[in-house]
Amino acid sequence: MPDTRWQPSCDRAALAARSAFYRTIREFFHSRNVLEVDTPLLCAAPVSDPNIEPVQTCEGRWLHTSPEYAMKRLLCAGSGDIWQLCKVFRAGEAGQRHNPEFSMLEWYRTGWDLQQLMDEVRDLVQTLFASRWSELPEIRLSYAAAVKQYAGFDVHASSDADIAQVGQQAAGNDLDLNRDGWLDIIMSHMVEPALPKDTLVFISEFPASQAALAKVTTGAEGYSVAQRFELFFNGTELANGYDELIDAEEQRRRFEKEANDRPIDENLLAAIAHGLPECSGVAMGVDRLLMHLLQAGRISDVLSFDWSKA
Amino acid sequence: MANYSTNEFKSGLKVMLDNEPCSIVENEYVKPGKGQAFNRVKLRNLRNGRVLEKTFKSGDSLEGADVMEVDMEYLYTDGEFWHFMATDGSFEQHGASQEAVGDTVKWLKEQDVYTVILFNGAVLTVAPPNFVELEVVETDPGVKGDTANGGSKPATLSTGAVVKVPLFINIGEVLKIDTRSGEYVGRA
Repeated sequence: MPDTRWQPSCDRAALAARSAFYRTIREFFHSRNVLEVDTPLLCAAPVSDPNIEPVQTCEGRWLHTSPEYAMKRLLCAGSGDIWQLCKVFRAGEAGQRHNPEFSMLEWYRTGWDLQQLMDEVRDLVQTLFASRWSELPEIRLSYAAAVKQYAGFDVHASSDADIAQVGQQAAGNDLDLNRDGWLDIIMSHMVEPALPKDTLVFISEFPASQAALAKVTTGAEGYSVAQRFELFFNGTELANGYDELIDAEEQRRRFEKEANDRPIDENLLAAIAHGLPECSGVAMGVDRLLMHLLQAGRISDVLSFDWSKA
Repeated sequence: MANYSTNEFKSGLKVMLDNEPCSIVENEYVKPGKGQAFNRVKLRNLRNGRVLEKTFKSGDSLEGADVMEVDMEYLYTDGEFWHFMATDGSFEQHGASQEAVGDTVKWLKEQDVYTVILFNGAVLTVAPPNFVELEVVETDPGVKGDTANGGSKPATLSTGAVVKVPLFINIGEVLKIDTRSGEYVGRA
């Protein structure tokens, strides 16, 4: 049998769909006066999030896991609204819906709140999905409301032990996890699969412990919540948006808390100290969007060469 | 045995879970953008065939199971064990307990080849081929002129298995049986 390993992972139709996607995205932001930017992939400081594993290269550099830090430095320098489409790299993330190198679309809107940004995310997704779905229904609910509705408990009022007990029902009792770990189990095993199909589902107001680089405020129910949203569609997470933290001191505290021996991006902290304008930003997985449009079961169905063939 | 990390899990990999040998059926990587990574894994218990679902933290590992799948010819039974011999020319022999042979006992014919799963060198299970050919040793007399769409009757085969056969089948005929459904397929 001839060796066929050299062949692409996807067919030509998927290559064409990606090309059309990129054109649509460029036109979308061009027509809205958002500036396309290009930031380095090889950075001097890695991501701080302990759940994301960056790839280290030679000369002490790191492949970025998202263009967030560099784009924020541009915002601090007065760039105004910016967007970028680029490859990002996350070690170990390989699976049906994950590839360690993937395409991310990230953009920032100055002076916008999360509701405005969710409107724009919806408009872009509707535009990209127009050939398959003429108009998708949309729902927006808080993290607490989603957990209440699909897992049946009050997340803010529940103790760590209560939450662990619910998580164990879904994933077995020999996992050793903290509160946020069990909440991740509950979201991925119970909530996400139960969300309505063919519907853009925006979940916002995450637990304050999962704030990352988002602002923490008091939510409608009187608890501290992270001003973040995630977009879910047919069982996958498509986008992650923040009302961006602009307090440099608070940012340093969060970095130092989670750093676990990784160097901290002092350039970002200096830029935020100089002044990050009030803004909201979102990152979107372009390969996942393509998977839905093409009804592909695996991310490799939309990549020219997946991780095993790269 | 070696340990396998979740990123080495793939379908067919044999691992130990709660002291039971299992085969991985499906492995799905689950990673919220801002959360912890998990692997949702479906495993088949190789002893009883039951499929279970289990979630692991990504990076966790399981011990490999010393499991081998071997083609073996059935030789004979001494009443306590059923004896098999490898067909690879090694003449290696193993005795399978009643528990290991299980339901396959009703399809065991000398010199036929079976799939034997060895765990730590002992027979764990014996699986029959999808089709076996066995002789009818007992059935009511055949009915002349009966057509294929007619009724059926029980027939006892040389192994003791009882299957439903068309009315025209007689004692001494060799039949092809689908072991997955236990159904008559045709005359061999």
